[in-house]
Amino acid sequence: MAVTTMIGARVQRREDPKLITGHGHYIDDVTLVNMAHMSVVRSPHPHARIKSIDTAAALASKGVVAVLTYKDFKPVILGPIPVTNSFVPDKKQVPEQFPIAADEAVYAGEPVAVIIANDRYLADDAAQLVAVDYEPLPAVMDLEKAMAEGSPLVKSDRPDNIGWDASFPSGDIDAAFAEAEVTVKERIGQQRLFPTAMETRGCVADWVPFDNRVTLWTSTQVPHFIRLFVGGALGVPESQFRVISHDVGGGFGAKLRPYPEEYLATAASKICRRPVKWIEDRTESLQATTHGRGQVFDLEVAAKRDGTLLGLRFTQLLDIGAYHGVFSAFQVVACLLGGGCYDWKAINARSIGVFTNRMSTDPYRGAGRPEATHLVERAVDLVAREIGMDPAEIRRKNFVKTFPHTNNFGLVYDSGDYEKSLDRALENIGYPALRKRQEELRAQGRYMGIGFSTWVEICGLGPSSATAPAAGIALVESSMVRVHPTGSVTVSVGTHSHGQSHETTFAQIVADQLGVPMESVEIRHGDTGDTPFGYGTYGSRSLAVGGMAIVASCHKVVEKARKLAAHAFEASEDDIVVDQGRYFVRGNPAEAKVLAELAFASYGAGLPEGMEQGLEAVSYFDPPNFVWPFGCHICAVEVDPETGAVTIDRYVAVDDCGNVINPMVVDGQLHGGIAQGISQALFEEVQYDDETGQMLTGTLLDYLVPTMAEMPDFELDRTVTPSPTNELGVKGIGEAGTIASSAAVINAITDALAPFGIKHVEMPARPDRLWSMIKEARA
Amino acid sequence: MITSAFEYARPGSVDEAQALLTKFGDDAKVIAGGQSLIPLMRLRLSQPTALIDIQGIGDLKQVRRDNGTVEIGALVRHVDIQRNATLRETLPILVEMANDVGDNQVRNLGTIGGVIAHGDAAGDYNALALMLDAEIVTNKRRHQARDFYRDIFTTVLEHDEVVTAVRFPVSTGRFAYTKFRRRLYDWAIAGVAVQETGSSWRVGYVNLARTPRRGTAVEAALAGGASAADAAAQIGSDIDPTGDVRATAEYKRHLAQVLTQRTLQQATSPA
Repeated sequence: MAVTTMIGARVQRREDPKLITGHGHYIDDVTLVNMAHMSVVRSPHPHARIKSIDTAAALASKGVVAVLTYKDFKPVILGPIPVTNSFVPDKKQVPEQFPIAADEAVYAGEPVAVIIANDRYLADDAAQLVAVDYEPLPAVMDLEKAMAEGSPLVKSDRPDNIGWDASFPSGDIDAAFAEAEVTVKERIGQQRLFPTAMETRGCVADWVPFDNRVTLWTSTQVPHFIRLFVGGALGVPESQFRVISHDVGGGFGAKLRPYPEEYLATAASKICRRPVKWIEDRTESLQATTHGRGQVFDLEVAAKRDGTLLGLRFTQLLDIGAYHGVFSAFQVVACLLGGGCYDWKAINARSIGVFTNRMSTDPYRGAGRPEATHLVERAVDLVAREIGMDPAEIRRKNFVKTFPHTNNFGLVYDSGDYEKSLDRALENIGYPALRKRQEELRAQGRYMGIGFSTWVEICGLGPSSATAPAAGIALVESSMVRVHPTGSVTVSVGTHSHGQSHETTFAQIVADQLGVPMESVEIRHGDTGDTPFGYGTYGSRSLAVGGMAIVASCHKVVEKARKLAAHAFEASEDDIVVDQGRYFVRGNPAEAKVLAELAFASYGAGLPEGMEQGLEAVSYFDPPNFVWPFGCHICAVEVDPETGAVTIDRYVAVDDCGNVINPMVVDGQLHGGIAQGISQALFEEVQYDDETGQMLTGTLLDYLVPTMAEMPDFELDRTVTPSPTNELGVKGIGEAGTIASSAAVINAITDALAPFGIKHVEMPARPDRLWSMIKEARA
Repeated sequence: MITSAFEYARPGSVDEAQALLTKFGDDAKVIAGGQSLIPLMRLRLSQPTALIDIQGIGDLKQVRRDNGTVEIGALVRHVDIQRNATLRETLPILVEMANDVGDNQVRNLGTIGGVIAHGDAAGDYNALALMLDAEIVTNKRRHQARDFYRDIFTTVLEHDEVVTAVRFPVSTGRFAYTKFRRRLYDWAIAGVAVQETGSSWRVGYVNLARTPRRGTAVEAALAGGASAADAAAQIGSDIDPTGDVRATAEYKRHLAQVLTQRTLQQATSPA
């Protein structure tokens, strides 16, 4: 098949004109006749017994329809919130979570009552009148204390605070350390983060009495999951439960689970016999939408004096929060990726999931891979510092160089060329000159540093051969491609676009595959009523898995069109040439039929013997492997030793996601991703009072989401190493920037502070903390 | 993030505003640009029963020079200060401060009177008012800035008192303002303003105590001929920072000293 110019074209996002002129359709834009509004009364305590709830005053408040608590929901919501708990094999504790607290609240922000009122103002007024008698209980906040024998419990009906404790040994770690000429140790934190999507969560539930039909508009990355689980718990079959999630203002992993409020609003709609809307306000969002990261790594590295890496031993302590996030255990993948893009003789990793009285953690952009990259990129720098080797050279020396490469845990890196991206990045930043400049500045008492992150990640979740044993689900992806009689094309997909530009890039693929104008291709997603079952969008999977499901359907359409053309030309199928949507008999391109003509014919009479009408196909794609994008980021910073302020002078990134469908979209994903990683390195941190367990960063005033003004110019470049895993040759890129960038920034800061003997800096590298470290080093 | 219910009135004059404040009682609040009050109301940390919106009062929007004084009406917005030719001539440090207040939306709504009445130590203009011995004019009396700020978010203003103007001495000497912050639109973690007045220097501190502060010890050291570094080292009790989610108290104290030195050097270095 000929390749059109659509693949690799810098096409502007088709989504944008509508979205940036206010014509998008977000949850708060949904308004139904007779709609009531829900306000959620939440526990202000990280841990408390609920002795009683007095709803009388709230119920008497103006405009209130109902005040509902656990006892009202218990008969309606028949199952708990699901947890994908089986990523880890060892000791598991999977407590059930009901969407609203019964008699013990275990995190600040946990729902304890809901108000249903005629408008949201009245609902919020009544919420203030619900009198809950709490008996505060000890809050478990510290991971290590929580693990100790005799620690207070996160919830009183649990045996202890351990969610899992899993070991991942690979190779002879003792031999690796015995062979070591140098070892380094460090403790590396991953602070808790708010995912902070621009659109908070929200839903509108419409349970139609007698019909027993439900429509749930919700801001989610996974509409089919929501239907499966919320519908299941409420006893409504999928055929009668429709989930609509049209435009979604960002997810970042925090919208890939069914949440308590989706159950509560839907149940409330059933109880009150009215549509119910709930819009999460920002204050609620920071409490009640899952957080990211929240981990601590203790690591030890064995190496030789010549820079050869030998062994890596580490433990991941992960703050689960009070209940498992739906995919919290997925973050254990940090253990399997801890070796990064290097050859190791042995790796021994252990992950311990610890419950605390906080909101659950769940995947957040990168989910386990930023942690792994940060860990290994810091580890390699620590070794380089110890033996006095250039950080670029220690990386080059230890890179995996042949592909496919089976890593220590049996995962197969599909393709790569790590040296190439390193070399390109070194060239782009002008490495030797920059090192010279660093020396000059140091002589002037200025502290400039250069940091590397040569990253690799696993994405394209995922092959059922891997995900089914690990998680009990297949994680395949679906598409339906339908060519209408006059040639326009509807493509329905199981993935979900909430900033990923699928309406543009998927249309480019279909235009290329079918040889039709992109303008005639309509991408439909986010409505379970007209899309095939799919697992949604996360884990940089949509293109490598969902895109391939589209390609598979296009192949089926082309094959049928070829049969139609052969019939029309009275030729053999083998003699039909398909060239950019034109079908002709070999040697006679002047007499061609375009796809629209064949589509029109396909719905009419006189089809080939035995052929049914129509031109459409449904496909499910189960990838043979994950895909493994990679790259090299180099960051140059200057640290003001008097104030501890960090300025990023340069940020160079060379990334490789295989073949590129739309370079502009890839660049956009990288911009956002890199910004989020820089943000973790320098700005963001959910802070709590250690004593009371109260969150201290409860507004965006105190939680520092940076702006464009704080971001450096991103100097992007790419290499192209196609993936052998899929026909498109593509790999994911949605999370890559975040996975790479925190390590590049922190490595640059530690390099800048090397003259002070500072070897490690925790995130976020706040000015006051850097200043304290410098002061201590000077003392 | 939704306010509780409140009455709303939009008086046409200061007298009318005062009458409304009396009528609605202690839980009524004056609102101008609302850039501090509305966020508090949305969090329901403030639940006034009535808002007296003074934005319709036309004669509070003037900037007037009167010999050695420049009088700025309470409803003059940050964006007005940025664009005002008189202020650029008579009080350029205020213009510089206005350029760095919040973001465009805040500057388009927030007023100088609101900053003064709110009495926030993080409000940049409060430190300037204090260090330059400004006068705060209300419907009832004139206050000296040095007697105006009582405690955190607390001024001497009475319930039915409305700030109508702020009077600054014309200050055309050398100056500089440094606002140390993590994000462009944030308040200062620490702010230091210096202004040359005649042969002496005035120093003001933003967000380095419960109230705005004047750097009297630093000023005295400068008057005694100390270098910027030596004067900055005298910061001592001029400030009294507390630790918060952004930075420790110890760091803020150190930062204030570093910024004092740098700001003085910036003001005195040739452009």
